[in-house]
Amino acid sequence: MTSKSAVKLSAVTGAAVAAMLGVSSANATTLEDVNSSGEFTCGVSTGLPGFSAPNDQGRWTGIDVEVCRAVAAAVFNDPEAVVFTPLTAAERFTALQSGEIDVLSRNTTWTATRDNSLGLNFTGVNFYDGQGFLVRNDLGVDSATQLDGAAVCVQSGTTTELNLADYFSANDMQYQQVAFDTSAQSAQGFESGRCDVLTSDSSQLAALRLQLSDPASVKVLPERISKEPLGPVVRQGDDEWFDIVKWTLFAMINAEEMGVTSENVDQMRDNPPNPDVARLLGQDGSYGEQLGLSNDWAYNIIKQVGNYGEVYANTVGMNSPLEIERGINALWTDGGIMYAPPIR
Amino acid sequence: MLRPSTSIPRRGRGPLWRDPALRALIVQIVLFAALALFIVFIVDNTLSNLAQRGINTGFDFLDQRAGFGISQTLVEYTSNSSYGRTFIIGLLNTLLVSVLGIVAATIIGFVVGISRLSSNWLVAKLAAAYVETFRNIPLLVQILFWYYAVLQALPSPRQSLSLFDLFFFNARGVEAPSPQPLPGFDLTLIALAVAVAATLGLAVFARRRQIRTGRALPMYRIGAAIIVGLPLLVFLVSGSPLDWSVPELSGFNFSGGITLIPELAALWVALSIYTAAFIAEIVRSGIMSVPKGQTEAAQSLGLRGNITMRKIVIPQAMRVIVPQLTSEYLNLTKNSSLATAIGYPDLVAVFAGTTLNQTGQAIEIIAMTMGVYLTISLIVSLLMNLYNSRIQLKER
Ligand SMILES: N[C@@H](CCC(=O)N[C@@H](CS)C(=O)NCC(=O)O)C(=O)O
Repeated sequence: MTSKSAVKLSAVTGAAVAAMLGVSSANATTLEDVNSSGEFTCGVSTGLPGFSAPNDQGRWTGIDVEVCRAVAAAVFNDPEAVVFTPLTAAERFTALQSGEIDVLSRNTTWTATRDNSLGLNFTGVNFYDGQGFLVRNDLGVDSATQLDGAAVCVQSGTTTELNLADYFSANDMQYQQVAFDTSAQSAQGFESGRCDVLTSDSSQLAALRLQLSDPASVKVLPERISKEPLGPVVRQGDDEWFDIVKWTLFAMINAEEMGVTSENVDQMRDNPPNPDVARLLGQDGSYGEQLGLSNDWAYNIIKQVGNYGEVYANTVGMNSPLEIERGINALWTDGGIMYAPPIR
Repeated sequence: MLRPSTSIPRRGRGPLWRDPALRALIVQIVLFAALALFIVFIVDNTLSNLAQRGINTGFDFLDQRAGFGISQTLVEYTSNSSYGRTFIIGLLNTLLVSVLGIVAATIIGFVVGISRLSSNWLVAKLAAAYVETFRNIPLLVQILFWYYAVLQALPSPRQSLSLFDLFFFNARGVEAPSPQPLPGFDLTLIALAVAVAATLGLAVFARRRQIRTGRALPMYRIGAAIIVGLPLLVFLVSGSPLDWSVPELSGFNFSGGITLIPELAALWVALSIYTAAFIAEIVRSGIMSVPKGQTEAAQSLGLRGNITMRKIVIPQAMRVIVPQLTSEYLNLTKNSSLATAIGYPDLVAVFAGTTLNQTGQAIEIIAMTMGVYLTISLIVSLLMNLYNSRIQLKER
């Protein structure tokens, strides 16, 4: 048995056993649990540069990883108080349901089924994405509508699989699907010529492309065939923890909007330029206490992890190898759709 | 003088609780009731816990639209089919690779096992090397080897290696012509059925005749002639009502013909080679368990080596071989679930993988999947036990 299917099995049997014996943490909340252990667990991908992947020192990096570090900073005043668990697409929800992880931050698309029937809650969106296609240049194709008859590599257990089927049948085209467990396998399948096309969320294609031996020999087709709002997920029924994860992301987005960065945050706290900043950084009101945290929760997030714009630039944006434009992920004030409710 | 006793004195029945049969029955009933109660408790508790956590339960999802594609479907399937259908597709794919694997592993295993006992030094050593190599490399590694090493070496569809322009080998698998029966082909099939029946009848007759007169008919040759000859004759007389769909490059890929996808090929080869190494050892131990005296006796009766093996040694060895062979067949079937490592759409990859993830109904789906493996295993055991009881020593 592969270690991956072992993890999956243990997650599934874990869920089954937990559900059967009712060893649910109905009595202890997630916040109490993580406070007593001094850390929490965060489910990430098995390796997708820019989103969640170990770097050459073995340290997890990526925009999804930083969300979990920010939660750790808010709760423990220590961004390192989080354990990362790599999960395949097919394992992720069971791992969260069974309590093996406390937050799932793994480029996961917010859909109705996942939000409403799996006993889970999405806490927001940290990246707006859309599905695209990656092809070899020598295939001589420049639009997805020319893909009739193609063999397509895709990751199993994703929205990608479903969109693919819908797109091809809507355009009256045939395809052969080859489904793999991890993105490393699908990338290898694509490289070895098993498929003509690799499909995934387009930002993830940019990441996978960098992992190919010759990134210049492939290109991403212009079509975006779906809406993929990616965001962190928690278990349903624990509103306190849900609020903490939700407002951690909001605090990062608000900080960018207010111009609070990891560099100027001390100065901003000591001399808040306006009441918004004072409330964000705990100089006015008790917004941290309302979450069950300390009032400098957002200060800790920004000081230790950064605001949304900084994290974006360093992980997927211009300071990273992926160099993905902000696009619709820009703040609403800059022509994008990133928008967080106010802290007041 | 001893008087033979004609009747054993009856003992009184005594109190009820002293009756061992009754006591055993009561214990059984109590245990069964406790077990049933426990199961009811678990099921009830599970359902209420799932409901409390807002997780959907029940089997309604089986009727819902699946909405994803599958690379190999033995029966009609589109993304508009239901989740229930994905179960069938996965199950058939599991059965397909298991049956193919069992057949190939048995053939390779017997050949290697018998070769290991060969008096030819080179053959025996080669067989030993085979066993020691393939038995000692983890199956998953072998599957990945056949998939990636072999796949990587094959060209793209446009540069396919071709054999007589009928068979094509490329990274998408093996493309082969497929027969397309035309009206009138039924006659040939009927002829085939008649030929098989006739051969079976003749075999029974030949056997009786041999028992009676001691003279054997060359049944293999006669049988082959009938089974091939009769349908062929009918086929030709009825005007060869069969067309071939030859694979042809169109667009990116081949159309027409049938395709053996590389996932199936790699899994089939790996499962067969790996399991054959174990079967070879079982065959060897079975043959060695037949006392040498049996061979010597056969030889002294003037039987040739080949016949001695087929008629004397193997039938006796089978009694030792079959029970162990059963467990190898079961292992192969269960090992086929490693398919998910290379994306072969078996039951675990399709149903316990994609379908589970799209619906989130882990408990129902895992229970159904476990039920399938249990059922397959029980059926294989049952068949093998039947066969085993047929070949057991008949004490007359
Ligand atoms: N956003 C989609 C797709 C997510 C997904 O799993 N994408 C692949 C892209 S190749 C991935 O992240 N793979 C990383 C891994 O295998 O761990 C979803 O939520 O279903």
